[in-house]
Amino acid sequence: MTFLLAVIIGVLYAAGTYLILRRSMVKVIFGLIFLGHAANLMIFTVGRLTKGAPAFVPEGMEGFTEPFADPLPQALILTAIVIGFGVQAFTIVLFKRTYQTVGTEDLDKMKSTDQLPGEEL
Amino acid sequence: MSRIIMLPILLPLCTAVVMIFFRRLVVLHRFLNVAGTALMLGVSLVMLGNVQSGGILSLQIGGWQAPFGISLVADMLSSIMVVATALIGFTTALYSLGTIDKDKEHFFYHPLLQLLLMGINGAFLTGDIFNLYVWFEVMLISSFVLLVLGGKPEQLEGAMKYVTLNLLSSSIFLAAVGILYGIAGTLNMADLAVRIPMLGHKDLLSVVAVLFMITFGIKAAIFPLFFWLPASYHTPPVAVSAIFAGLLTKVGVYAIMRMFTTVLIHEEAALIHQLLLVLSAFTMVVGVLGAVAQYDMRKLLSFHIISQIGYMIFALAIQSPLAIAGALFYIVHNIVAKTNLFYISGLVNRLKGSWDLRRIGGVYRFYPMLGVLFLVPALGLAGIPPLSGFWAKFVVIKAGIDSEHYLLVSIALFVSILTLYSMIKIWNEAFWKDDPRGEGSVEDEGYLLISSMKKVAMVVPIVILGSVTVVFGFWFEPFFVIVQSAAVELLDQGNYIQAVLGERP
Repeated sequence: MTFLLAVIIGVLYAAGTYLILRRSMVKVIFGLIFLGHAANLMIFTVGRLTKGAPAFVPEGMEGFTEPFADPLPQALILTAIVIGFGVQAFTIVLFKRTYQTVGTEDLDKMKSTDQLPGEEL
Repeated sequence: MSRIIMLPILLPLCTAVVMIFFRRLVVLHRFLNVAGTALMLGVSLVMLGNVQSGGILSLQIGGWQAPFGISLVADMLSSIMVVATALIGFTTALYSLGTIDKDKEHFFYHPLLQLLLMGINGAFLTGDIFNLYVWFEVMLISSFVLLVLGGKPEQLEGAMKYVTLNLLSSSIFLAAVGILYGIAGTLNMADLAVRIPMLGHKDLLSVVAVLFMITFGIKAAIFPLFFWLPASYHTPPVAVSAIFAGLLTKVGVYAIMRMFTTVLIHEEAALIHQLLLVLSAFTMVVGVLGAVAQYDMRKLLSFHIISQIGYMIFALAIQSPLAIAGALFYIVHNIVAKTNLFYISGLVNRLKGSWDLRRIGGVYRFYPMLGVLFLVPALGLAGIPPLSGFWAKFVVIKAGIDSEHYLLVSIALFVSILTLYSMIKIWNEAFWKDDPRGEGSVEDEGYLLISSMKKVAMVVPIVILGSVTVVFGFWFEPFFVIVQSAAVELLDQGNYIQAVLGERP
């Protein structure tokens, strides 16, 4: 299971990196989303996988007797997913507005903010 | 008493919530923004006093004991940064009254400013790395919206670059946090400081250190990760540019400072310090060269931010108590002077109607006091005695010579000549030379149209920050004593650990 997840994380990172290097806006958004997912899965995997042992103390017991799944990485991921969702929604709207206002979705053509003032005059 | 740590975070949250409830009452927004930030300034000064007299304060949220819950910690470093944030927040709230138009105010400009301040204060005060990530996101999302408020094409274009690179940095941060948790099993900074020296996975720790370095490097705009900054900082309204320029990159510098002096101390940290030394030289030089080439006032000042970050990183990388004190004083001085320069550039733009230095001129002839107000932060930034920048550079360079980094010291001195040159460039072009449009147009439309209330709102922040620069310069000693004690405290992790975990390692 760990191996499978490691492969998936690797694929997501590779695809995300490839996509954010593209010139099309939509691909950049997908790239960012992939990188976010890859990071979330990474926290999950690196925080140790324990199968079928939720972090609940059984009835009538004082504490745990056997290994149990660490709830903290899950809490971290949950927070990260919520934040990521909000930020990605904002990004998608921002990219759409930019496309409508600037009139292109080729990132190479969006360089007016980097030009020296002499070129604008 | 340690509950006071909550206030710099809760105050802006409460004012923002109240403002959103009364969304149509823009007058209330303005009042609450100024009153809230003034109160924040008072609270943060009290907190600094408490920390200075009573040692590090810490608060465990919800009563969960230290390594398990989220800790808020206010040591000298955090308290000083919170005071600086509150000062800039207060002056920006005032300055916004004179510069932000009604449309933006109706679209939640004031609550967003408060939430931005909440995020920044949270990042300074938290004692938990994942919580630091959350505060970064709070700060970022407010800054995203502030950046695009108004929706002009160049704003959207700048925001695209800003948002993309910051999201990338957040995902790297998240990955680093995940790996760190996997190795150490805790994310509490004090607990990490205890455990990291005892851990086995030195190679993985280096990976984590480099990932953190990249994340915070993007936030702090270190070479070669700074390209988003000059592409976006000159696009929003100038009050927004000013608060971004003053505070956001410094949050990155603070995070580097915290991470590599309190938390990640192991043999591989030496590698990070070497890396920082080299990068600081490039950051200083590339930033200032970028500034020298510009004719747009805001772009020129934006490139300067990068160059100044170089000095802070240089001092940080030296790691002696004197250097850390110098870095901290440099940060505070730079926050004040840089924000002030942005305010003044906004006023000049208002008077002359352009950002392009070649198209304007003659400001000094008609507004000589504004010329003086410009010279205070400009010469302060360049490091002319007796203003604050002189002492900041003096301490950093003294620390550099003490630790025998002669090459870097000479680069730093050379860069400050170029800094002076670019400040003189603004002075010559905007203030000294005659208006290129001829004498007829000098009685400017701009200034006469502004109501006198707005004039006061724009000039008062400039005067406040200018006098802070002068006070730092003439009464350097008491301020230096404060930053020195902060530096000593920062380099001795024992106090920090004891304050959070309640036991000495």
